[in-house]
Amino acid sequence: MAKVLVIAEHEKGLVKKLTLNSLEFARQYVAKTGGSIEIGVLGADVAAVASALTEYGAAAIHVANHDDLAHPIATSWAKVVADLATAVGADLVCMSASSLGKDVLPRVAVRLNAGMASDVVAVVDGGQGLCFRRPMWAGNLTGDVAIDSAVRVISVRSSAFDAAQPVGGHSAIQNFKADPQLARARVRYVGFEGVASSRPDLTEATVVVSGGRGLKDRFNQVTEPLADLLGAAIGASRAAVDDGYAPNDYQVGQTGKVVAPQLYFAIAISGAVQHLAGMKNSKVIVAINKNADEPIFKVADYGLVADAFVAVPELVSKITALRS
Amino acid sequence: MKILVSAKRVSDPNAKLAVSTDGKWIEGDVEYVMNYFCENAIECALQLVEEHGDIETIALGIGDSDETARFIRQGALARGIDRGILVSADEQTTDSDLIARIYAKVVAREQPDIVLIGKQAVDGDSNQVGQLLAEYLGWPQATFASKVAIEGEEVVVTREVDGGLETLAMTMPCVITADLRLNEPRFAPLAGIMKAKKKPLEELELDDLDLGEAKPKVRIVKMLTPDGRKSGGLVKDVDDLVGKLRGEARVI
Ligand SMILES: Cc1cc2nc3c(=O)[nH]c(=O)nc-3n(C[C@H](O)[C@H](O)[C@H](O)COP(=O)(O)OP(=O)(O)OC[C@H]3O[C@@H](n4cnc5c(N)ncnc54)[C@H](O)[C@@H]3O)c2cc1C
Ligand SMILES: Nc1ncnc2c1ncn2[C@@H]1O[C@H](COP(=O)(O)O)[C@@H](O)[C@H]1O
Repeated sequence: MAKVLVIAEHEKGLVKKLTLNSLEFARQYVAKTGGSIEIGVLGADVAAVASALTEYGAAAIHVANHDDLAHPIATSWAKVVADLATAVGADLVCMSASSLGKDVLPRVAVRLNAGMASDVVAVVDGGQGLCFRRPMWAGNLTGDVAIDSAVRVISVRSSAFDAAQPVGGHSAIQNFKADPQLARARVRYVGFEGVASSRPDLTEATVVVSGGRGLKDRFNQVTEPLADLLGAAIGASRAAVDDGYAPNDYQVGQTGKVVAPQLYFAIAISGAVQHLAGMKNSKVIVAINKNADEPIFKVADYGLVADAFVAVPELVSKITALRS
Repeated sequence: MKILVSAKRVSDPNAKLAVSTDGKWIEGDVEYVMNYFCENAIECALQLVEEHGDIETIALGIGDSDETARFIRQGALARGIDRGILVSADEQTTDSDLIARIYAKVVAREQPDIVLIGKQAVDGDSNQVGQLLAEYLGWPQATFASKVAIEGEEVVVTREVDGGLETLAMTMPCVITADLRLNEPRFAPLAGIMKAKKKPLEELELDDLDLGEAKPKVRIVKMLTPDGRKSGGLVKDVDDLVGKLRGEARVI
C-alpha cells in the first residue's frame, strides 16, 4: 500500500492545472499499488487553494501556511515538503516538472534519502516491480527506471497525463505547522520580472502557435493574430528566444517547456531534435516553412511550404472568413 | 576565491542512437561532445575570473578515465580553467545522486566558494545534480541561471523560471546551475590547447573518496526507442490547409 504526497502548484490563489496532472499520475500509481493520496499546499495565504482541491479524492489536504513560503526558495520549500512527507508517512512524493518542481524536488529527495526520477511520463510494470518511464536523450530514447529506496521522489511531465477530474466527496483540510527556517538559508529573494499575458499558459493551452528564428523582429506581428483568433498560447524556438524576438518563458523544447496541445503550429522553425522534444506529442502538428527540406516536415501532419509572412496572414483571414 | 565547474561528456545529441542488446544503455560508435550546459558553466567561471581576478578555477569530470580526461583537458583546461580533477566511474550506473555525492566529497576536499555546473546533462536529462549537491552540503542554490554577478559578499543570480525571470542573492558558498542563455561559450585558443597538456589533472578512484556505499538509487531497467511520428505530407496551399484542419482534423 502506497501513500503518495502530491505537492500542489498555484498562482495568485488559483490551482495550476499542472497540479491536476500530478494528481492523475498519483491516481495511476495508486491504482497499481493500492493506497491513498494526500495533497500538500505550501505558501503564504493559501486557504483558497486548499479548498479548491477538496473534491479530488485525497485522504487529506495539508496546508503549510507561512510568510517565509511566499516566494519559492528551494531550501525552505524542500525542508517543509520533506517534513510534511515524513509527518504523513509518504513513500512517494511528486510534483510537476515545472521550474519549481525541478528546483525543489531533488533537495526533498536528499532529505528523505530517496531516489528521484525526473519527467516521468508513465508508470509501467518492469517485470521485477514497478518502473517509471521517462524520456532521455531529448526524447529520442525512453528509459524505464526502478528506484531502489524506501521513499521515491517523482517529477511528473504534465503533458503526459490528463487533468484529474473531481470525484466528489470532501477531503479533510488540516494545518501543518511549517518551519521553513528561511533565515538559515543564506538566500534573499530579490525580485521577479514576469511576462504579462492574457493568453492561456503554454502548458495548459489546447492550441499553441510557435514561431522560430525565421520570423525575426516580426515575431509578434505574425504569431499574435493567429493566436488571438484561436485562443492559443504563443511558443518559440530557442533561437527565436536567444535572438530576443520572444521572452525565455516561451521556449518549447528539451530545455524549455514540453507541450502536447490538440493543435501545434510550428512557423519558421526548422525542427531541431531539441525543439521536437518539446512538441512532438502534440495531437496535430502544422508546419509552415519556406524550405521543404527542413526536418520539421518529418513530424508534421500538415506541412505548408510557404513564406510565413504571406501564408500566416492569409491563414488568419481565411479562418476568420470561414467562421463568420 | 575558488570556483568548481563541471566537465561532463555526452553522446552527440544529433547522432542516431540505438539501444544496446542488454537494453540498458546506448550502443555503438557514438561521437561525444562536451555537455553544453557545462560549457556555459565553464564560460561563466572564466568571465568571473576576467572580471574579478584572483579566482582559482577547477573542473571536475566523472566518467570513463581516458575519455573524461580528454574532455577535461580540451573542454575546460584549454579554455582557461586552472586544473582538473577526474573521478573514474562507470557512466552507465552512476545516477545523479551518486554524481552529487562524488561532488560533495570533492567539495569537502577543495572547499570552493561557488560550485558552478550545468543545469542538465543532455543524455540522461535529469536536471538534478546541482540541487542534490546543494542539499547534501546545506548550501543555497540558484538553478537555471541566465546571469551571474559577484557583488561584495553576495552572488546575485537571475534565473529562467516559468513565467519570467527571477533574481536571487546568495551568500557564499553556494551552488549555481547554468542555463543556455548565460553566455556564448568561447572556443579554446590554440595556445590554450598546448598549455592544457601541462596543467595539473588529478586522477581519483571512487575508493579514494570514502563514499560509503557507492551505489546508485535509480537504475535503468530497460531502454526503448519510442515510435517515431509519421509525417502527413504536404498541403498545396493555405486553402488546402484550412480545409483539412476543419474537415479532416476537426481542430478549427
Ligand atoms: C543543449 C541544447 C538545448 C536546446 N534546447 C532547445 C529547446 O528547448 N528548444 C528549441 O527550440 N531549441 C533548443 N535548442 C536549439 C536547437 O538546436 C535549434 O538551434 C533551434 O531549435 C533552432 O531554432 P529555429 O528553428 O527557430 O531556427 P533555425 O534552425 O535557424 O530555423 C529557422 C527556420 O525558419 C525558416 N524560415 C526563414 N524565413 C522564413 C519565412 N519567411 N517563412 C517561413 N519560414 C522561414 C527557415 O527555413 C528555417 O527552417 C537547444 C540546443 C542545445 C545545444
Ligand atoms: N559525470 C559527470 N561529471 C561531471 N559533471 C557531471 C556529471 N554528470 C552530471 N554532471 C553535472 O551535473 C549537471 C546536471 O546533471 P543531471 O542532473 O544528471 O542532469 C550536468 O549539467 C553537469 O554539469
